[in-house]
Amino acid sequence: MMFDRPARRKYFSHGMTILTGLSIVAIMVPLAAVVYQCVVLGGSVFNLDLFIKGLPYPCTPRQGVTCQQGGLAVPIVGTLELIALAALYSVPIGIGAAIFAVEYAGERASARIIGMVADVLAGVPSIVAGAFVYALIIIYDPTIVFSTFSGSIALSVLMVPIVTRTCEEALRTVPNSVREAALALGISRWKTTLRIVLVSALPGIVTGVLLAVARAAGEAAPLLLTLGDGCAHPLQGVTQEGCALPLWIFYGATSPYQNWINLAWGAALLLLLLILVLSIASRLTLDRMARRMRGE
Amino acid sequence: MSPDNPFPPPTSQTLRRVSKWGDRFFLVLVLLATAAVVAVMVALVAVLVYGSREAIESLGLSFLYTRTWNPTGNVYGIVPFAVGTLLTSAIALLIAVPLGLGAAIFLTQQAPGWLRAPVAQLIELLAAIPSIIYGFWGLIVLVPLMRYDVEPLLSKYLGWTGWFGGNPIGLDVLTASLVLSVMAIPTVTAISRDSIAAVPRSQKEAALSIGATDWEVTRRAVLPYARSGIIAGIVLGLGRALGETMAVTLVIGNRNAIPTSLFSQGQTIASLIANDFFEVANPTEVPALLEAGLILLVITLVINIGARLTLARFQAGRGVGAE
Amino acid sequence: MELSTETPKMEVQNLTAYYGESAAIQNINLTFPERRATAIIGPSGCGKSTLIRCLNRLHETAPKARVEGSVFLDGEDLYGIDATAVRRRVGMVFQKPNPFATMSIYNNVSAPLRFNGRPSREEMDAAVLRSLQQSALWDEVKDRVDAAATSLSGGQQQRLCIARALAANPEVLLMDEPCSALDPIATAKIEELIAQLKNNYTVVIVTHNMQQAARVADYTAFLYLGKLVEFGPTEQLFERPQEKLTESYITGRFG
Repeated sequence: MMFDRPARRKYFSHGMTILTGLSIVAIMVPLAAVVYQCVVLGGSVFNLDLFIKGLPYPCTPRQGVTCQQGGLAVPIVGTLELIALAALYSVPIGIGAAIFAVEYAGERASARIIGMVADVLAGVPSIVAGAFVYALIIIYDPTIVFSTFSGSIALSVLMVPIVTRTCEEALRTVPNSVREAALALGISRWKTTLRIVLVSALPGIVTGVLLAVARAAGEAAPLLLTLGDGCAHPLQGVTQEGCALPLWIFYGATSPYQNWINLAWGAALLLLLLILVLSIASRLTLDRMARRMRGE
Repeated sequence: MSPDNPFPPPTSQTLRRVSKWGDRFFLVLVLLATAAVVAVMVALVAVLVYGSREAIESLGLSFLYTRTWNPTGNVYGIVPFAVGTLLTSAIALLIAVPLGLGAAIFLTQQAPGWLRAPVAQLIELLAAIPSIIYGFWGLIVLVPLMRYDVEPLLSKYLGWTGWFGGNPIGLDVLTASLVLSVMAIPTVTAISRDSIAAVPRSQKEAALSIGATDWEVTRRAVLPYARSGIIAGIVLGLGRALGETMAVTLVIGNRNAIPTSLFSQGQTIASLIANDFFEVANPTEVPALLEAGLILLVITLVINIGARLTLARFQAGRGVGAE
Repeated sequence: MELSTETPKMEVQNLTAYYGESAAIQNINLTFPERRATAIIGPSGCGKSTLIRCLNRLHETAPKARVEGSVFLDGEDLYGIDATAVRRRVGMVFQKPNPFATMSIYNNVSAPLRFNGRPSREEMDAAVLRSLQQSALWDEVKDRVDAAATSLSGGQQQRLCIARALAANPEVLLMDEPCSALDPIATAKIEELIAQLKNNYTVVIVTHNMQQAARVADYTAFLYLGKLVEFGPTEQLFERPQEKLTESYITGRFG
């Protein structure tokens, strides 16, 4: 086949190039469509009220009835609470496991196993994480099964593998000369690891945390099973039902009320912007790390 | 030593005594963190087994072959949802693999250097968009599009295949599959890209030197070498599709029955759990739902571990042959 | 200089060091006299680096590394006490300068104080000043001690590393091919430095450059394939070598 009809083969090759290029275009279409929709529909409610007002009474505009736009203050605060708690558990655990894998296990099999466990955990469906936390907490205290606390644990299950993996990679990029320089000065091992190596790898670690936060901020499925619906009662305690942005989008999207649907688009746009900002921030810190490693 | 020594001898300083306890305590903390990560992995399975024990005991194996899900009658079977899950994932892959692999090929072989990084980042952005937003968009934009424009056409021209029976309302297995494919593509693309990039230049150059066209180089020299990595990427994309919840829940129609056509409303395991959990009428349903979750977990674990091991072997292998 | 009249600062007895199953050095017996510079020379792969890294117990941080035998500092067995404590008494300067990239010049030099104790600001200032003077870097950086350490040239960075090692107040300073990454002018500056440092510290220097050993060291040890071939006053080793192997190496017949 390789040695006949060179012209036809060439045209075929060009054709395949076009086809593969079209794949890229085809992939960009849903991306553009989703972003466009969020911007257009979400933009109409994107004003200051969106951030400071509470949720509106559900209603659909009709003869003689105007609906309030309302705002997302409650879900926003709820999401911030959830992420803060989830980060509180997942970041130390993730960094600790990464430190063990790189600094103590090094090249041994246990390091690769930890990495493998992290990768596999990253592939666990988020709804299963929610079901797991539900089943776990119901053993200990059924009254707090639907709560902000519960939701934060579910989110941390999703965050831990991301933090572990990215932290591990960041630590591995720190050259051994740094560790040797510190050890040779008589600095104890734990201080070398914590105050010199970790500090050196900090941009990479921050990137990992930002990525994990971006993932957790957008997850609705695990919260469906653990958060309950506390959107009507803002700022309750951590053991009470809570509210979150992505979960609220689900409620708003499936509701028959036009003002809630509009607000849900606003929330979708807000989430997109949040994730965009976190993405850019993580890329910037990664660049800073690369520059620092080159000694600039 | 010499009288005009400019440097006075070092003075003693107060340095803290070296204690082993700092190192020991730190090691304990770090070990605990590591144990926690491993424990989560183990606990996932263990806790779900415990939570679903009532269902496992009372239903036994019938859970795996019963075709109905009826809480009021205490009849629980995973078949409709397993079918729904597999069907939507299969169709999603059917779309995602050519597109994702095509994109990966274009990015690594053809695309000019300045185009690669931005496009790759855009594709990663696709992966970063939350599932709920895809679901919302699917519900408001894609569903009407399918219902009024695409599906009538499909019914008209391809109805003879038997796959497109029934009245299309847009909320169906097909739409769900489309949304899933969008979410699987970035995984397939990213891993395929890495696998193709790992192919040593010598392979490409050898093919080029005997007069192969670009496409022939890709097809005959590059892809076979990268094959196991690409397959691992596809399997990981499958794993992602199997577990997707919010996007699917909003567009699949939520009917607890085996879909008979692509226009049928259906339900995946993930969407079943999402839909039924919050409004559980009969308390016996909860253990059954947890058992469904356990099954989903086991399936995705097996797929993920298999794919990761294959990928690890592929990456180790390339180290041997690469230059 | 008579070996018999010198006080041994460090002593190595029957030292064998392994990486996994293979021994990089075997049965080394050596003394390092106090306040003198001792050079370790030999062809590539003869175990010079491994030997010097056993002196501050850095060898054991490598994967699958193992040590048999003893190393004594002022008569104390270094393998019987905490490794971190050993490294506070035996400092090291590496082949490639490795200042902490995230820190300023001042913070680099004061690092051993800050991480190993609770120094006051005055103590740190005094130590930084003294260390930078001792490493002949003070005049060049006195106006910019808060600048990033990476803003210095290679030769300056190496002197910074020397200052940092000195700030830890060691008794012995190990130098593992400290000039091999530097240009001739920077090298000359550091060789000058060693002549001064000898007055206060015991120096052990690994070098692949025989002329450097001849210039700088009071005593020289010649290693070949992991074994100690000859050890003695530098002048004697170079002009009247006792072993045939030493003579071959010095006259350039191999290595």
